[in-house]
Order: sequence, then C-alpha cells, then structure tokens
Amino acid sequence: MLKRSAERIYMFLIFLFLYLPIIVLVILSFNDSKSKVQWGGFTLRWYQRLFSSSSMMEAFGTTILVSLVSALVATLLGTLAALGIDAMKKRGQAIMLGVTDIPLLNADIVTGISMMLLFVRFTRLGLSTVLIAHITFNIPYVILNVLPKLKQSNRTTYEAALDLGATPLYAFYKIIWPQIRPGVFSGFLMAMTMSLDDFSVTYFTKGAGINTLSTMIYTEMRKGIRPEMYALSTILFLIALVLLLFMNFGPSARQKEE
Amino acid sequence: MHNLKRQILAGPYLLWIAGFVLLPVGLILYYALTTTSGQFTVFNITSITASVHWKALVLSLELALLCTVFCLALSYPLAMVLNGMKGKKSSLVVFIFILPMWMNFMLRILAWKMLLSNHGVINTILDMLGLPGLDILNTPSAVVFCMVYDFLPFMVLPIYNAMSRIEKDVIEAARDLGAGGFTVFFKVILPLTMPGVVSGIIMVFVPALTSFAISDLLGGGKVLLIGNVIEQAFMQEYNWNLGSGLSLVLMVFVIASMALMNSHGEEGGTGIC
Repeated sequence: MLKRSAERIYMFLIFLFLYLPIIVLVILSFNDSKSKVQWGGFTLRWYQRLFSSSSMMEAFGTTILVSLVSALVATLLGTLAALGIDAMKKRGQAIMLGVTDIPLLNADIVTGISMMLLFVRFTRLGLSTVLIAHITFNIPYVILNVLPKLKQSNRTTYEAALDLGATPLYAFYKIIWPQIRPGVFSGFLMAMTMSLDDFSVTYFTKGAGINTLSTMIYTEMRKGIRPEMYALSTILFLIALVLLLFMNFGPSARQKEE
Repeated sequence: MHNLKRQILAGPYLLWIAGFVLLPVGLILYYALTTTSGQFTVFNITSITASVHWKALVLSLELALLCTVFCLALSYPLAMVLNGMKGKKSSLVVFIFILPMWMNFMLRILAWKMLLSNHGVINTILDMLGLPGLDILNTPSAVVFCMVYDFLPFMVLPIYNAMSRIEKDVIEAARDLGAGGFTVFFKVILPLTMPGVVSGIIMVFVPALTSFAISDLLGGGKVLLIGNVIEQAFMQEYNWNLGSGLSLVLMVFVIASMALMNSHGEEGGTGIC
C-alpha cells in the first residue's frame, strides 16, 4: 500500500512538472490583465488580437503549408525509397539505412547550417529552401515507419498475383498497399509533427521575411512576452492534442492492434 | 525479390540524399578547412582552443551531462511506474505523459521563461508562502531546468518501451529460483532495459549539447554554449569558415559520445518509431 501511494505521488509530481507550464499558459490566455499573476477577469481579447495580427497569421499559414507539403513529399519519396530498399540485397540495405541515419543523428544545428551553406551558394533563401530542408529531415521518419511493415508483409501473395496475370501496379495496389498503409500513415503524421516542431533547421534555411511560428515566437520572445502568445500556445496545444489523439486512438492505431 | 526494377524506386531518394545531405556536409568540411580566400588552413578547427570557445564547449558538456543525469533519474522510476499499470488505463496514462512533448518547442521555452521570471508565478507563490524567491532566470540553472523539461520524454519513451517488452515469465522465473527484489532488479530488469537507457541518453545528450535557443532565451545572453558560439559566427559575424570549423568539432563530439554509448549497449532503437 505504501509503495502504491508513493508511486501515485511520484507520478503526480512529474505530471505537475509537465503540465503546470501549459496550464498557466492556458489560464493567462483568458486573463484580462497584462500581469502574469493577477486575474483581471475573463476575456477573449488576446485571441482577437492574435487573429487580427497579420504577421502571426502569416506565420501560422506558412507553418501549416510547410508541414503539410513537406510531409506529403517526404511520404511519397520515403515510401518509394522503402519499396526500393526492401528489394535490395543485404549490403545495399545496410548502406541505404546508414545514409538514412545521417539526418536523424546529426544535430539540428549542423543540419541547418550545412543546408544553409548549400542554398546560399547555389540559390537564394526563401520558402522553397525551408521546404527542401524539412523534406530532407522528414524522409527518414517515413522510411523507418514503412520499412518494418514491408518486412512483415506477405511476399508470396504478391508473386501469386503476378503469376495470375495482374500488372505489378495492380498487384501493388491490391496486395502490398493495404499491408503498408498504416506505416505510411503514421510516417506521414510523424513527419508532420517533426516539421511543426522544428526550430533550428528553419532558422538557418529561411529567407528574410519568411517565418514559421517557431522562428516568429523566437524573434518575438527576444523582445519580450506578449499575451497574444499565450493564446497562440493554447491553440497549438489543442492542435497537438487532436493530432496525437488521432495518431494513438485513430484508424491507423486500431489497425496496428489488430 | 531482388529485382532491379523495384530497386530503382529508391533512386529519387538517393539523389535527394546526395544533393541535400552529403553535399551540404561536404560543404561544411570545405569551409572548415579553408580561409575566406579559399586557402587551406586548420585554424578554424584549432580555434576551439581559444579561451571563449573552449569555455563554451566545456559549459555545454557540463550542462548536457547534468541534463542527461536529471532526465535519467526522473525517467527510470517513472517508466517503472507506468509499466506497472495494467490494461486500457496504461495507454491513456502514457498518452498523458507524451502529450506535452508535442507542443511547440519554442512555446515550452516561453512557458518557463514566464514561470521563472522575477514577478512570475513561481516566485509569487514562494513569496506568499514566505519563502525566499528563486532567482535563476538568466543563469545556467534555468537553462538546465528547461532542457530537462524539453527532453524528458525522449528519455521516458525508450526506457518505457524496453521495459514493456520484458516478459513477465522471465521475472517470475528469477523469483522462483530464489532471487529477491534487488537481485531481480539488478540482474534482470536493469540489463534488459539497458538498450532503452542507452538510446534515451543519446536522444537527450545530443540535443542538449547542441541546442542554442534555450540558452539564448533563458540565459539572457550570459550563458554562452557552443551552439550559441556557432550561431553567432554564422548569423552575426558572417564568419562561415570559423562557424564551419566549430561545427565540425561539435560533430566529432556528437559522434564520439554516440559511439561511446553504443559500445555499452548494442542496438538502441529510437523508441519513438
């Protein structure tokens, strides 16, 4: 009994450590006072101000655009790559997985800087360079989600379909695709969340005038904290909540359990 | 299935890697080993021994180490508690503990900056209780504090995953053979969770060693880590050669620390996949 309550208390303390900052941010986003500790009544003023700030909205739009597009392209390239890698011999696979690990293991700051050096040399920094950078660090997550599904998939069914006269594309769509779909889906979601959360790589590869929410908050925070950012935090927390609920208890997760 | 046609599907990815991963790393090497006029030099790399740079590197290693130790000390018991929970409830609880990790990295820094500030929530509560204030904003303590908050889930998840894979039979067998609680823990549970611990350490230590945003925003310009030195070399002094040289040194430290950890525990696996 003593052990159980000790466990409970410990979990509660960690829970507090993780959630206290978020709870305070959410409360302050509705606080009609600029003070950080005094309650001045309920207001939606900060939300209104957030939505009427064109720079904030622009950064929000850029963030969504970059994370969606980069996750989509990365999912396409990554799934194709996984199919190709799966068909390789052991040595080819080892080499491909080795290079796939580079962006995963490299520090963000080094990834960002190395790409900045490339972009500045050959083109100009802008939205497209941010996109390319995000796609680059997203692809490995897709490959690592799809490849295990391919390894588990049943190969003989695919070959049987070919023997019975199915075109490779048809056989892929009917047999392989249903088996790897959950992996492709979770790879896409993971790529999107990585992209949403990124700061360092975006910071080095973005051109002047382009901001995602992360870089925008960074610049703003160096000047001081504005209450609109509490409202922004609350909204982003809700988005993360929905995304993660979907990932854990949505259709792809249910398929995993089956 | 080793057909060439299917292998070609990896072609676009291979091109992508060559252009956007290998070439950029090659550029860092090139800039690190040349002067602004393109002559060969090792000065950019040896300048890590300059006192400012060296101090920053040592401080980074210290803070990253502290952060890793704190994360490990907090995570291991937590993973054990989470693992002890049964059935449907456990997936919900695990969910609760990874949710904060998915909130924007910058906003988590913002939250602590606000909580720790002079007239912030924590100091007001301490004041009401009649306790002395906690004046740690703009010090290394605040930076470590926020790093632990930011990277804690990276430690919890791999350890929890490793622990949940241990078969209950193994533990029961140990007990049947007369092992006590301590023996079971040190001879069975700890060795079997070592791969999780190793990947947790790597996943916390590397970002902590290389981050620059946390120290920049919570250190108030007074906490200079190696990441800050590199960032300033690129973005403020426009000295790409020096910045690349220092990045190269940082890369070596990252690779060395990973090799060191991996030699202690085979195959880590990131655990978030």
